[in-house]
Amino acid sequence: MEAFNNRNVDNNGYFMVDIEDYPTDGWGKFKRVVRRSFKGELFVGLWVVMREMLKGNIHTIQYPMEKMPIGPRYRAVHEMKRLWESEAERCIGCGLCEKICISNCIQMDTKIDENSRKEVSAYTINLGRCIFCGYCAEVCPELAITHGGEYENGSEQREHYIDYAGMLTPLEMMTQGKQREFEGFGAITPHEDAGVKKTPLSY
Amino acid sequence: MEVAYLIETIIKVVVVLTIFSALAGIGTYFERKILAFMQRRLGPMNVGPYGLLQVAADGIKLFTKEDIIPTNVVANVFKIAPVITASTAFMAAAAIPFLPSFDIFGYTVHPIIADINVGILYILGIMGVGLYGPLLGGMASANKFSLLSAARGAAVFISYEVVTGLSILAPIMMVGSLSLIDFNNYQIENGWIVFNLYGVGFVAFILFWIAAFAETGRTPFHLIANDHEIIDGFGTEYSGMRWGLFFIGEYANMFFISFVIPLLFLGGYGDGSFLGALGLLAKVAFFFFFFLWTRAAWPDVRPDQLMWLCWKVLMPIAVVNILIAAIIMI
Repeated sequence: MEAFNNRNVDNNGYFMVDIEDYPTDGWGKFKRVVRRSFKGELFVGLWVVMREMLKGNIHTIQYPMEKMPIGPRYRAVHEMKRLWESEAERCIGCGLCEKICISNCIQMDTKIDENSRKEVSAYTINLGRCIFCGYCAEVCPELAITHGGEYENGSEQREHYIDYAGMLTPLEMMTQGKQREFEGFGAITPHEDAGVKKTPLSY
Repeated sequence: MEVAYLIETIIKVVVVLTIFSALAGIGTYFERKILAFMQRRLGPMNVGPYGLLQVAADGIKLFTKEDIIPTNVVANVFKIAPVITASTAFMAAAAIPFLPSFDIFGYTVHPIIADINVGILYILGIMGVGLYGPLLGGMASANKFSLLSAARGAAVFISYEVVTGLSILAPIMMVGSLSLIDFNNYQIENGWIVFNLYGVGFVAFILFWIAAFAETGRTPFHLIANDHEIIDGFGTEYSGMRWGLFFIGEYANMFFISFVIPLLFLGGYGDGSFLGALGLLAKVAFFFFFFLWTRAAWPDVRPDQLMWLCWKVLMPIAVVNILIAAIIMI
């Protein structure tokens, strides 16, 4: 991961390849043929592949059995988070995600529960329509709807829905403290506290 | 005596056919594995342990696939072409001594089907006939890419076959015989031909080796069925076991030429001891591995480059080599 995060390309050992001019006359072409024939470049190629074979440095990932580690910012199938303190659902049913969704794949319904708090009564995401843009996660004021790392969402139909219960972090995961916060798009950036400025009340 | 000879020959034919058909299949496995390791991949892994049964899976697939004869092809020629490739590859094996002769149950077995006195000429001639497979198959296919491949095949063939023939003239002049067994016996007394006659043998060896790549259509000269230019060339329209026959022919050819090169130049099976037989097999394994090795390492040349190489570089070298050999031997 570290190597990929280094975006500084100006000093990574890049250099211009020295390409000599093509010969124009017959003697020059002959000299080039002789030079190339006895330079042994072909053996360099042979050595390179042999070296890689002997090293045994295999990069294959046998996909269904092995998987690549996925970055925390990856935007795959959505998750609904719970509050760490009370384990209650974070979603307050404000409906912003439904509004902002540019492919109209989120559909939700809310009601007022017995404590006269707003509660989500129905919530589905049509993964067949979703383009995984991440706007819902960005707009969510409570960091409730986020993207997870589960990217294997193939289905038999184009319309493939997940519902609220399916997205919600299970309670046993909360008791084990295993809920994973989303670090991408809309999440709190690291060292956010240091950047907070007090509201100037003097004016 | 005659009946015994007949039975022995038939048994030998069956053994050679079975072993090399199987080897052709296993050869594909080795090729895929070695290429994969050289390219930092794993190769076939899922069928059987380390993908070893991949060969069986491929065989089942080839045998059970539908045999498609497309419209507009010249059906008879189209059907017979793969058989030419496969059968000529195995016919060429008739004059190759695979191992030194050994005793089994008090009966001396010569692991060569027919020790004919024109051995190497016969082998090269029959391998040359093998060209008719790609040529006829490509021309009968009613497909542009197949036709291009057939044309390339003919052009490449007349280029490399000159080099093949001329390059082995010098060793033949040294040995004074065309039989591969005579070649082997000559090298027992006089050392390997590669090191003979002040480098003449070495030049002949290199030329023949280069021509062998063109003969088998392996990677630096993989022009006839070049995937990235002309799809699969002559094999484009073929399916099922007909395509499989082309494949078996190609791989059997690789194995046979891997036998011929050590027998001609590198001392063959030596004095005929067990160690000598192992030595021959090791040399064969090396040459087969080298075919795969170059495929991982080297780029393909263009057809005009191959013709340029054969006619303007290798053939003059071969002629000069023969002249030098003749002058030295006089």
